[in-house]
Amino acid sequence: MRLEDLISSLVDAEELELDNVEIDVDELILELKQSPPMFIPRAKKVLKEKERIKFEHPIKEYKGSIAEVQIGATRSEGGTREKVVKIGGQTTLYQYEGGHKNRPVVSYDVFDLEMPSFAKALREVWQDYWSSPAEWAKEAVKRGADMITIHLISTDPKIKDTSPREAAKTVEEVLQAVKVPLVIGGSGNPEKDPLVFEKAAEVAEGEMCLIASANLDLDYKRVVEAANKYGHNVLSWTSMDINDQKTLNKLLLECGLPKERMVMDPTTGALGYGIEYTFTLIERMKDSALKGDEDLQNPISCGVTNAWAAREAWMNEPRWGPREYRGPLWETITALTVLSAGADVMMMLHPTAVNIVKNVISSKSGEVDSPEFKYEDWLKI
Amino acid sequence: MAKVSPMEIYRLLPGTNCKECGEVSCMAFASALIERKRTIEDCHPLLDEKYRDKRKKLEAILTPPVKEIVIGSGSKAVKIGGEEVMYRHELTYFNPTALFFDVHDEMSSDEISERITRIDHFIITRIGQDLRLNGVAIRSRSGDPTKFGEVVLSVMERTDLPLAICALDPELLEIALEIAVDRRPLIYAATRDNWEKVGKLALDHKCPLVASSPGDMQGLLDLSQDLLDMGLSELVLDIGSYPLGDRYGQMLENLAALRRMAIERNLNLVGFPLIGVPMVAWQIEKDDVKASMMEATLAATQMLRYCDILILHSLETWSILPILTLRQNIYTDPRVPIQVDPGVYTIGNPDEESPVLMTTNFALTYYTVAADLEASKVDCHLIVVDTEGLAVEPAMAGGKLTASLVKDVIVSSKVKDLVKHRKIIIPGMAARISGEIEEATGWEVMVGPLDSSRIGGYLDQNWTVS
Ligand code: SF4
Repeated sequence: MRLEDLISSLVDAEELELDNVEIDVDELILELKQSPPMFIPRAKKVLKEKERIKFEHPIKEYKGSIAEVQIGATRSEGGTREKVVKIGGQTTLYQYEGGHKNRPVVSYDVFDLEMPSFAKALREVWQDYWSSPAEWAKEAVKRGADMITIHLISTDPKIKDTSPREAAKTVEEVLQAVKVPLVIGGSGNPEKDPLVFEKAAEVAEGEMCLIASANLDLDYKRVVEAANKYGHNVLSWTSMDINDQKTLNKLLLECGLPKERMVMDPTTGALGYGIEYTFTLIERMKDSALKGDEDLQNPISCGVTNAWAAREAWMNEPRWGPREYRGPLWETITALTVLSAGADVMMMLHPTAVNIVKNVISSKSGEVDSPEFKYEDWLKI
Repeated sequence: MAKVSPMEIYRLLPGTNCKECGEVSCMAFASALIERKRTIEDCHPLLDEKYRDKRKKLEAILTPPVKEIVIGSGSKAVKIGGEEVMYRHELTYFNPTALFFDVHDEMSSDEISERITRIDHFIITRIGQDLRLNGVAIRSRSGDPTKFGEVVLSVMERTDLPLAICALDPELLEIALEIAVDRRPLIYAATRDNWEKVGKLALDHKCPLVASSPGDMQGLLDLSQDLLDMGLSELVLDIGSYPLGDRYGQMLENLAALRRMAIERNLNLVGFPLIGVPMVAWQIEKDDVKASMMEATLAATQMLRYCDILILHSLETWSILPILTLRQNIYTDPRVPIQVDPGVYTIGNPDEESPVLMTTNFALTYYTVAADLEASKVDCHLIVVDTEGLAVEPAMAGGKLTASLVKDVIVSSKVKDLVKHRKIIIPGMAARISGEIEEATGWEVMVGPLDSSRIGGYLDQNWTVS
């Protein structure tokens, strides 16, 4: 037995009996008190506990914050919605920094027209509802819609040239059919859209819809005036250019749109077709906004449905595997990419994708418990 | 080094502007160093003894806050980590997330063969790049050392892809390492319970090691410190993978926090690549399709939250394709526009009466136009002009889209042999040079819409051959 071993065995011992021991040292002092000599436990303690870096979440101070925007109004607020949606309002970049009070939401796209150009996976889900946007919207709510976007694309002179009055009727029908907030989308025709929005805004007075959208190509002033007059929000839509986005935001605010009534859409590229631009744009916009850039301090909406423009989502290409899985997954990952960057609203189409994305959102907000499993058991699957 | 300025670097260079490095000046070299287009070794004068201190400082400044780790040996070795920024727009991401796929020691030899062949030969070509899978994760399912050794050997016989050796029992890891040490595998994993033995194995075999502390950030910091104190320097950090629920949310937050601590707080303890194991999805979902879907979902979010290496199971193309695509997109250098080759492309099934359209070689422009044309079911020939990777608008502004360039591609692509007519539709944004193009090429120029999404309607109204 080495002396050190002997001494250390004394540390925890209450009683020590030496039997048949030869002690071969020059000098040995054994201080047998109630407790062993102090220097031994201390030496042991130093060995056991080294200087540890204590984990603390790396928190930052932010100068700016994102405006909180409410979409939809209840009866007491002048509308007829049973549910309203609040988005934005972040004061920090990450959730762990404590500044995220609202969760991102999903808005289902509904069209006022048959959509034969839909990918097969989408046709299968929605074609039974093509004849009635109201029925379509109802079904979308059943499938988890936080909001409904009614796209009035039939108003395009090149499509059906539906009159603004007629289009406004569709908006009314959808408002009556569902109790969630509404996004009112145009056809993208810069001459017609302001007229359509004016009528739609009027029939939806007080419902605090989101009018989608005002952009640099159309008479945005009229759009803002209609929104202000009838109490709606406006989507500020630009085409993948942060400076355009700042310019348009500024213009809309100058027209009198209150800051807490504006949502931005920097354009969503599909996975594989420019999503990296959108991803980075959103990150930059959030970053600048939180650093104090007042021209970018609004929640962000993303047209995730653009994912279906990617051929990988819809094309019948056996080498890529069954498209009934591929399509929804393509939309899912497009959504998760913009969500990860900081999107507040995702406009979507396929229920499988919506389910996954909504699950991710409630997981992130800690509302659902993780399934019981031991992580390291993946080694034994 | 995320926030170093060229000036800071410049001060540590010889300052003679001798151009030996291939740059026009020391200042230019300083910028090239920051952008990782050059390495310190390119400046030969700096090797002189008198610059020793400066060189040391330079090396320290230029070491990325997330250490670069090499897994594997030979031409297929994969680099992970080496990252310098939190966000792409601050610079770029460097080493794409490595994708490893699993096999285990209770698979039949046929199954192993099949999986290895699939992993090794999987290739998808997108935007001119070959997208591939990067490695094989071999796990001990049986817990039997002999079996584990055998499967490692049989994988090594079938592929020279990088390997990850996965088990928590040091005895198993030792057997596998004895066999695979020359391949420089990644060892998975050291934990709070086994770290002394596994750390020693990594040290003795000089292999990178995963430090695993599922869900416990303090535990991960401590483990990393203990392993570094042992003398290890090549770690990969594992904070656990959770496909759903509150722990999934915490995982994402933890991954972001770890990267921020490494990059913005310079905390060396966590200055290492991060690993995710999306295949945990298979613990929860038994249905193949649902599990693959869940796995891909987890993989995507982990990749977006800084994971530098992932271990996956599903080898279905439909579930791998979006992950590979996302990786290609996110790791595209935002400073370099991606390009397609100039020339003539076929959309749909065009014939000699089909329209000829023109666009630029900026990849995103090209693919957007192509997708719009396909969506509107247009059969046509699409001519791509070499604008040095610029979209139409900036190319016009910068003089990179000119009539003579259009002429060049019309001639070199021999498009005139493909059609009877001599009409070309140019982007609305290039209207300004329509006259010049007519003059240079002799073709009739039609000015198309400003946005390619309207091309279908435009053609309906305007296109006739005669
Ligand atoms: S080789 Fe070195 S000293 Fe010469 S110009 Fe380049 S950086 Fe400057």
